[in-house]
Amino acid sequence: MDQIFVTLKCWLVAAVPDQWQPLLSAALSVGAIVVTFPLLFAITTILERKGLGRIQNRYGPNRVGPYGLLQPVADGLKALTKEDVVPHTADKVMHFLAPLVLVVPVFLALAVVPMGRNMAALDMDGGVLFFFAVGAATELSVFMAGWSSRNKYSLLGAMRAIAQMISYEVPLILSAVTVIMAVGSLSTVRIVEAQGGYWGVLPQWYVLTPWGFAGFILFMIAGTAESNRSPFDLPEGESEIIAGCYTEYSGFKFALFFLGEYLGMFAISGLGITLFLGGWHAPLACLGWIPSYVWFFAKLLGLIAVFIWVRGTLPRLRLDQLMGFAWKFMLPMTLANMLAAGVWRFMPAGAARWIVCATLVAAPYVMLGRALAGRKRLGKRVYRYAD
Amino acid sequence: MIAVLTLASAVAAMSLRNLVHGVLALACTFAGLAAVYLLLDAQFVGFAQILVYIGAVAILIVFAILLTRSGEASPQRRFSSTWAIGVGIAVTVFGLLSGLILSSRAVSQEIRPPPVVTVHQIGDQLLTKFILPLEVIGLLLTAALIGAVIIAMHEKERE
Repeated sequence: MDQIFVTLKCWLVAAVPDQWQPLLSAALSVGAIVVTFPLLFAITTILERKGLGRIQNRYGPNRVGPYGLLQPVADGLKALTKEDVVPHTADKVMHFLAPLVLVVPVFLALAVVPMGRNMAALDMDGGVLFFFAVGAATELSVFMAGWSSRNKYSLLGAMRAIAQMISYEVPLILSAVTVIMAVGSLSTVRIVEAQGGYWGVLPQWYVLTPWGFAGFILFMIAGTAESNRSPFDLPEGESEIIAGCYTEYSGFKFALFFLGEYLGMFAISGLGITLFLGGWHAPLACLGWIPSYVWFFAKLLGLIAVFIWVRGTLPRLRLDQLMGFAWKFMLPMTLANMLAAGVWRFMPAGAARWIVCATLVAAPYVMLGRALAGRKRLGKRVYRYAD
Repeated sequence: MIAVLTLASAVAAMSLRNLVHGVLALACTFAGLAAVYLLLDAQFVGFAQILVYIGAVAILIVFAILLTRSGEASPQRRFSSTWAIGVGIAVTVFGLLSGLILSSRAVSQEIRPPPVVTVHQIGDQLLTKFILPLEVIGLLLTAALIGAVIIAMHEKERE
């Protein structure tokens, strides 16, 4: 049951003559990813709108289908049949290519995430490096979108988006480096395998270590910022700059940008699950009979729920707050985290290890928090009423 | 075919009128180079090429264009008046380099099967045999970082 997809693929690949086997194998892996994740994207759009609606004390969409569940179908039809408006002075080739340059690297990034036992589409020696490399390539698409629209506000949104993305790439990669240090390999499959043991009842996931916990939180925050997701969605904030760099896009291209953004969110969540949450391992040893891909997608849905929750709860960060947060808080925290991970690796197992590493992580957190909030004296709340 | 694509985008990067199109062609050239590295089974170098060149250097050039607003096509002539000398110099350099490479030891030996280089080995070598270049690069990057901060700081003080 666990290996049903792998067995199916092996059977299909064995049924064709030899020289076509690599091609069919690659096509099947790619096809599986291309089918699953846009489907998950459609489900996420409805979950998000309903979830945000409930957080904001209203119903989400509830007209299309029972409880609004067919809303993604309506959205898809709308996106496909809308007129594709391109500004007259826009740079047509760049305008057309920008959504593609966003979506293609994100699909590439999804290929290295292991979704089940033996189910990583690409098992490379430098899997994590590949992931970050193609993540870096998505920033070009944001620039292309903003520039080709020949719109001052699009350009402004694109500049802010790129600045945000490159600022948060450094904490993202540094917080992932701690896991790489602990495992000793860049391959995502090896990283998941290294988290397979159980200490008695608890699983040996990296999130349950002090440096892993801090690293996971830092990774998720940086991942939220990388995929331009609230509370970091200033580049495309709706009431601030209309749609920012995506203003001049309509119809299917806008849907492609949307798809690319959500798939980026899935890819970052998938990598977070791989690095910190134990990939496709079950949380308790006795639950190991449930197939591995079910655990992976359950964890992915859990992280998506956290993303939606954070979006509905926190207000949007201003640009200078956002950049200050990245460079002044997250970067020193990730460096302290790396120190803690190194100390963890070389100390003998026991209570002392926990105390030392927890202090190494908590102390910079408290000190940085005190230092960075020092300027503003937040006094008692004062109400002013309009008279 | 990848080589043809790389060369074509390099030529396009230099000869396109629109600067932003040129930057995108340059990014295409970098991607072509990364593909060549990956074909040679040098995974780490290939991915590092994508991460550093496309993810950072191309963005740097893009920012330079954005901040200096020189995206409009310049009215200068595309080919300078001394282009023949330029071609001559380029051909001479190419001939020299290819002659040196072809007559060196690396090509004249028999072709052995390529070694499988893992990231582990690269890391090992970086910290044992090449530790001095690693530290020097670290110093260089620190100097660049401090320089960037100083430039940004001075701009604030003048205001």
